Amino acid sequence: MEKLLFYTFALLIIGFAVASVSSRNMLRSVVYLLFVLIGIAGVYFMADYYFLAAVQLAVYAGGIIVLIIFSVLLVHHIEMELEVAKLSRRLLVGATCLLGLGVFLGTIYTHPFVEASTTAPTTVEAIGLLLLSYEAGGFILPFEVISILLLAAMIGAITIAKGGGPVAEESKTPAPRTEEVPLVATARQAEPAPAPVLDAPELVAP
Amino acid sequence: MIPGISITEVLTLSSILFFIGVYGFMTRTNLISVLISVELILNASVINFVMINKYLFPELLQGVVYSIFIIAVAAAETALAVAIIFNLYKQVSSVAVRETETMKY
Repeated sequence: MEKLLFYTFALLIIGFAVASVSSRNMLRSVVYLLFVLIGIAGVYFMADYYFLAAVQLAVYAGGIIVLIIFSVLLVHHIEMELEVAKLSRRLLVGATCLLGLGVFLGTIYTHPFVEASTTAPTTVEAIGLLLLSYEAGGFILPFEVISILLLAAMIGAITIAKGGGPVAEESKTPAPRTEEVPLVATARQAEPAPAPVLDAPELVAP
Repeated sequence: MIPGISITEVLTLSSILFFIGVYGFMTRTNLISVLISVELILNASVINFVMINKYLFPELLQGVVYSIFIIAVAAAETALAVAIIFNLYKQVSSVAVRETETMKY
């Protein structure tokens, strides 16, 4: 039963990952990535790491996917199709990846793994105690460093996303305009652009 | 550990996922798609950490803790990358990799 479930998850992950890197519609590619992440969370559930599966679902499937979908919607026009790389480039990269995969699999299948015979259940309590332990082998310092990193990334993301403006307009008028333009205004400027193209045939037709 | 599944099968899964991510990273011509590929690569590494912990050292928890750190770093990295892509889009009106030639104007 577990074997069947694992192979289902593996097929799901690999199939959606391939679809995600080869889809020409960017929004679809993000949704395929969501399915890959959910499949990986399923694998964690099967390995008894419930806390990690919950973190995977909350942070990746909940946070990062929403962030990427927002960026796709703000930056990209939905009806636009992605250009694909040249065929020769794709073939070359594919061959290189297959070669690398061969090296990886050769190493994995020849290395003598000593699998532990016992299996211990993992509790959330143990993970929390280890994360906040300041004895030898505890993770309190990396935990605090990660929290500082997240704070710094948040402030940095706000600063970067606020600043800047179109280069062409900027060179003529180096006005303080850029600091007052919120993100939404820029998105609104970008959005009306495809609308005339859509409406044009109906207007011209009569 | 997952009953009936050996560690080599799990590592095969994560290797395939890693190289799919590398393939996307090299062939996509769009910054957001490159970001998606980086997420695939990071997830493959997290699977490796977790499963090696589970199969080889089941009484320790170091792999789980490092996976949580990797997920946190990935979240920070995605937020920053999305901010940079917004800023770039405001300046050059494009998110294609080819258009982003200058770092500073």
